[in-house]
Amino acid sequence: MNVFEELKKIIVEIKDIPEDEIQLEAKFAEDLEADSLDIVEMLMLLEEKFDIQIPEEEAAKLKTVKNVVDYVEAKLQ
Amino acid sequence: MSAKVALVTGSSRGIGRAIALQLAREGYRVVVNYYDNPQESPEIIKENQEQARQVLQEIEAAGSTGIMVGADVSDPAMARELVEAAIKEYGQIDVLVNNAGINKDQLILRINDEEWDKLINTNLSSAFYCCRAALKQMVRKRYGRIINISSVVGLSGNAGQAHYSASKAGLLGLTFSIAREYGARGITANVIAPGYIQSDMTAGFSPELKEKMLSTIAVGRLGTPEDIAGVVAFLASDAAAYITAQVIKVDGGLS
Repeated sequence: MNVFEELKKIIVEIKDIPEDEIQLEAKFAEDLEADSLDIVEMLMLLEEKFDIQIPEEEAAKLKTVKNVVDYVEAKLQ
Repeated sequence: MSAKVALVTGSSRGIGRAIALQLAREGYRVVVNYYDNPQESPEIIKENQEQARQVLQEIEAAGSTGIMVGADVSDPAMARELVEAAIKEYGQIDVLVNNAGINKDQLILRINDEEWDKLINTNLSSAFYCCRAALKQMVRKRYGRIINISSVVGLSGNAGQAHYSASKAGLLGLTFSIAREYGARGITANVIAPGYIQSDMTAGFSPELKEKMLSTIAVGRLGTPEDIAGVVAFLASDAAAYITAQVIKVDGGLS
């Protein structure tokens, strides 16, 4: 599964924004206007999709789309 | 569209049973939860199962369907498994009613640590565990109704019920926080605070105490489990979509 593609689908589901606006460099809070609950929901869906656990202290460091893609890809290695 | 699904904790008897039956009559598919714990005596569990089975039969007689799931909701793992069992069966939980509760009157000076913990875990932590598990799915669906059964003594306190009152007051903070965190996700959360209701919990009261209680109730009678169930059904209905973070006292005008 392509992590970036899956993450985009999840963000579209939560934020209802066009998929092509979701760039790797995008910051969740500033660029995607995601609040803390949006981010928690995104992480929850990622955990389910990829069958991984994202601990709170790690989650707090995930500020951009790229942060999340890198983190999930590393987890899947 | 398939019927909505309601999970009612502690619904093998008393107020929980009346709530389960009322929701069934209104077309909900109902998950009946009864108290089960490997550490409990088999006779008690067997009786609970039998009562839950009867509730299930009444649900079917009312033209709906349901399942029964044994769980001690004061245990985080069992509470999670209960919610998961409901979702596995029906794919969703639309309405969660946290009703399971116990009481053991005792003056504070005589409440030991174990009793305190037991009341708080059974009446308050249980609701947190079930809400946390159910919210996961409700957030995804952008729909949910959470109704927590507190008590008027959660608002006023009561001699001999410090632990019970504290646990029931705690439900208010939990419920209001859920309402604020998840309101934008189509989820409402409210509290019902029953007054004196005819149930196993009040059956043991002395005639003198009952007499004294009645003199404080405007409508001049104890409440029935059905009095509570009707309000639960209302809060679960579309008519109550704009009601959240509220406490509704259902106490017959208790002074």
